Amino acid sequence: MDNLHSLMIVLPEVSLAALGLLLLLVGLVNRSNTTHVVSALTVLSFIITAATLISPHRLSFLMGGTAPVFAFGTMFVDDTLARFIKLLILAASALSVFLSGGYLENHKIARPEYPVLILFATLGMMLMVSASDMIALYVGLELQSLALYVLAAFQRDDAKSSESGLKYFVLGALSSGLLLYGISLLYGYAGTTDFVKLSFVFKDAAPHTIGLTIGLVFVTAALAFKVSAVPFHMWTPDVYEGAPTPVAAFFASAPKMAALVLFLRLLREPFMPLAMEWQQIVVFIAVASMLLGSFAGLAQKSVKRLMAYSSIANVGYALSALAIMNKDGLSAMLIYLAIYFVNTLGAFGVIISLRKQGQQVEAIEDFAGIAKKNPLLALAMTVFMFSLAGVPPLAGFFGKYFIFLAAVKAGMVPLAVIAVVTSVVAAFYYLRLIKVMYFDESKQIIDACPCFGVRATVTLAALYMIIFTVWPQPIIDGAIAAISGFIRG
Amino acid sequence: MTLPLDLIAVFAPLLGAIIVGLGNRALGDRAAQIITCALMLCAATASVMLFNYVALEHHVLDRMLLPWIQSGTLNVSWALHIDTLTAVMLVVVNGVSSMVHIYSVGYMSHDKSIPRFMAYLSLFSFFMLMLVTSSNLLQMFFGWEGVGVASYLLINFWFHKTSANNASIKAFLVNRVGDFGFMLGIFGCYLLFDSIQFTDIFARAPQLADTQIIFLGHNLPALTTVCLLLFVGAMGKSAQLGLHTWLPDAMEGPTPVSALIHAATMVTAGVFMVSRLSPLFEYAPSALAVVAVVGALTCIVAASIGLTQFDIKRVIAYSTMSQLGYMFFAAGVSAYSAAVFHLMTHAFFKALLFLGAGSVIHAMSGEQDMRKMGGIWKIIPKTYTLMWIGSLALAGIGIDGVFGFAGFYSKDLILESAIASGTWYGQLAYVLGLAAAFMTAFYSWRLIIMTFHGKSRADHHTLDHAHESPLVILLPLVPLALGAVFAGYCAWNWFGGEGRAVFWGHALFVVPERDTVAAAEHVDEIYKWLPLLMGVSGITLAYVFYAVKTDWPAKCASSLGAAYRAVYNKYYFDEAYDYLFVRTARKLGDFLWKRGDDGFIDRFGPDGVAGAVVRLAQRASAIETGYVYHYAFAMVIGVAVFISWFWLKG
Repeated sequence: MDNLHSLMIVLPEVSLAALGLLLLLVGLVNRSNTTHVVSALTVLSFIITAATLISPHRLSFLMGGTAPVFAFGTMFVDDTLARFIKLLILAASALSVFLSGGYLENHKIARPEYPVLILFATLGMMLMVSASDMIALYVGLELQSLALYVLAAFQRDDAKSSESGLKYFVLGALSSGLLLYGISLLYGYAGTTDFVKLSFVFKDAAPHTIGLTIGLVFVTAALAFKVSAVPFHMWTPDVYEGAPTPVAAFFASAPKMAALVLFLRLLREPFMPLAMEWQQIVVFIAVASMLLGSFAGLAQKSVKRLMAYSSIANVGYALSALAIMNKDGLSAMLIYLAIYFVNTLGAFGVIISLRKQGQQVEAIEDFAGIAKKNPLLALAMTVFMFSLAGVPPLAGFFGKYFIFLAAVKAGMVPLAVIAVVTSVVAAFYYLRLIKVMYFDESKQIIDACPCFGVRATVTLAALYMIIFTVWPQPIIDGAIAAISGFIRG
Repeated sequence: MTLPLDLIAVFAPLLGAIIVGLGNRALGDRAAQIITCALMLCAATASVMLFNYVALEHHVLDRMLLPWIQSGTLNVSWALHIDTLTAVMLVVVNGVSSMVHIYSVGYMSHDKSIPRFMAYLSLFSFFMLMLVTSSNLLQMFFGWEGVGVASYLLINFWFHKTSANNASIKAFLVNRVGDFGFMLGIFGCYLLFDSIQFTDIFARAPQLADTQIIFLGHNLPALTTVCLLLFVGAMGKSAQLGLHTWLPDAMEGPTPVSALIHAATMVTAGVFMVSRLSPLFEYAPSALAVVAVVGALTCIVAASIGLTQFDIKRVIAYSTMSQLGYMFFAAGVSAYSAAVFHLMTHAFFKALLFLGAGSVIHAMSGEQDMRKMGGIWKIIPKTYTLMWIGSLALAGIGIDGVFGFAGFYSKDLILESAIASGTWYGQLAYVLGLAAAFMTAFYSWRLIIMTFHGKSRADHHTLDHAHESPLVILLPLVPLALGAVFAGYCAWNWFGGEGRAVFWGHALFVVPERDTVAAAEHVDEIYKWLPLLMGVSGITLAYVFYAVKTDWPAKCASSLGAAYRAVYNKYYFDEAYDYLFVRTARKLGDFLWKRGDDGFIDRFGPDGVAGAVVRLAQRASAIETGYVYHYAFAMVIGVAVFISWFWLKG
């Protein structure tokens, strides 16, 4: 009975894992368009998983689903926060699969393993955001990371891609080491890996037990690596540049959200009694990320590196929201993520669809004059860039607005001021891209790829940026409900 | 009154300006001309009917249009206030404007931007109408600035000419000086009367006649100060001595513009303003003295410069300035009705002269220098006749009690009022005005003889092309010519005669003991005949100089030497202003620009920050070396720093 109950709670993850294994088998059938089929089925699996996740049947089984429920002891937790972010992760993964099709074929790396790897990474993320124990956290994180290492190096004939995979792997291993070391320290002092029990221990512990603080620092550093926050961000530009573009797009969306929510859960639940300590770290890495992401981005010539720095700056904003730590701040962070992942996927979609003589467009100057030949694509990119720069009335403006508002309300005015200043600086590189597209003369012929998946993703993302302005309620309500259910629990 | 005549008279030009201005090229040249001319003619007809209703049937029209500003005690509305003074102005403005519109159809027929020109003209007319129909100082200021803008746009109509650019900017800037005075005057009025509504100001002016006001740290008589400030505004707009330098340069605009704006209407706005505010000025006698003296000086200075100029339009421009001087000293000696009388007659004959000059220029393929004209009266006899009529009216030729041209009645009334005032400034004005009357006659016939008589000094090419202007140019001159001939004779009774009091009603106000227009009838006969004598002798002398003894002008000029050069160079006003204001302002501007802005603000502000950001960005991205061990090192150092931080903090 107990196990059945647990299974019901982890049903979405279990079904996704089972579907993933099934898809591996499908991939073995050697047919010419296997990748297409597997990709389509992967997206279908995501849809099935999402449906399972929020099916009224399951929710009623979980007593309405407002209170958190635990599975397998206290290893796994299902609550409003986890469900909200899992939906976003599934959406981001599905869109990433959409974005990949044309690119893979063009680079002759269309293999059925690709969507399956995304699927397993997604599974890892779902476990991460539902982890309620250090061990579960580690397992989820590694499942995700291993899949991502392989994806980064997926274009294995390409030196840059291999290099980026290797770099990511080596540094990822280092961060895993930091994480494990931190966990072991915590376990050594607390005697438990369970989040709930840890929080009780921390509450009772002497406030400045240095061992606990060191453990906290190590765990935080490892997670900062996963969200690519300064100074653990160094891999990001190289990996984004080297990895296949759709993989970079995937990196910038789903794993970011998963790691940030994991961060949130960890800080808010077991580490809440140590808030005084970790808040300093989070504020520091948030400010450092915003500054570096904004300033270093100015000097970039490659659009993928630009997006990497953009993602670093954006993580800075999300971490600012995390540092606020009240309901306003946390729901602002969820709203921000819900907007940002679509925004960045859309921008990557435009980058993926541009080609010069069959080659992928990488340099910013290659965008010159595309507004003349591909006005709609340029328009979409303009929407994404304006939104990233936080120009009203596009969605990106509201994302930033809620965070700044929460920071000011919480009395963290200096943080808000830095955030505003850095977004002004970052606006320069977003606007420069628009200027290049509309006002510079093109030097070579740039074509847009006719791939359906990419076009659909770009269109949807651009519409989302605009529709959010007039109908933001679903996202805002969802985020507030997710945080309310989480904090009450 | 069944039709809303006031609305038609004021807003028909605006409608025309909007339709044609926005329609522009889409509308086409012909449609633009038809629409603006038709609407202007409607406005002119409505004005004449309004004149009949208001001035002759003695009604006063007040129409509230929209509330504008309501803030504390400041309460301003858009409103139309039409009394006799306004009605006269409406007839003048709309009458001349409609003639100029029609004239422009012919005169501008070769231009590329006809709709723009017509729209500007109509827009100007609308602003002028807003100015004259205002019931408060602010709406008047709105019209005042509006005509300034329209004037700027029209002077610079041929914007590819640098000289036109400079002239338009000069006109705008010099007017800003006057406008600043006007604004201070408005503020002063609000301070004194707690209102800028004419009715409130006029009602309280007598009580405040002896109030003091602190201005620039001095304790000054309040009304005099306010009146003088307002008069500074009038000086700017009406090109009175000191703020006059823009008017001759404004002749860079097309000739119809000179006729409408820089002769008949806009430049008379200052005279209108003083007359409108007569209930205020009457209680500030010192201010009136200043007005009279400035007017008299302008009158003589401008007339003397007019003697020496060779550009046909400039001669008429200085003549305009001189005639404005007459109007101002008339107002200064409390002869407001004489001032407005001259304003009205002057509008007719000066517009006629300008448009006639335009016809000459048109005939001479754009030539404006009188030294390159001559002997063309047989080629363009109609224009020649019209110019004669205009000049006779300007010189004020007529026989008292029989008949005279328009200028005869108004100018004589002004001069007689001046001498009748019995004040020192009245007498000064009379003497200077008399001298100016002589000069006026002289330069008018100098113009006629140099332009039309003698041997032609034009080259063959121009002469071969010389032709009489088409009907569309000549026809609008006919009503103006009729006005120049008969306006004085017909309107005498209203402006200077028995019917004066009934005609004006409460539109003008004169303190009874200073009613100089009434006193003018009783001045000695000699004062009445002197102006005519001056006019006739001026004509005679001009004839001798330019038709009989043609070497005399040059001899005269060389024997006068420095004096001639000073007059010819317009008393070096432009040079003095250039030295005093333009260059100092430029030096200050250079300093603020190069040292202040470039050297300090930009260097440390935008440029400095931008440069620093670029350097920072390069450094920040240079951290990215590509070596994994650097990256790992950064991570480890990050962890170490955090731990050290907590450890050191304890």
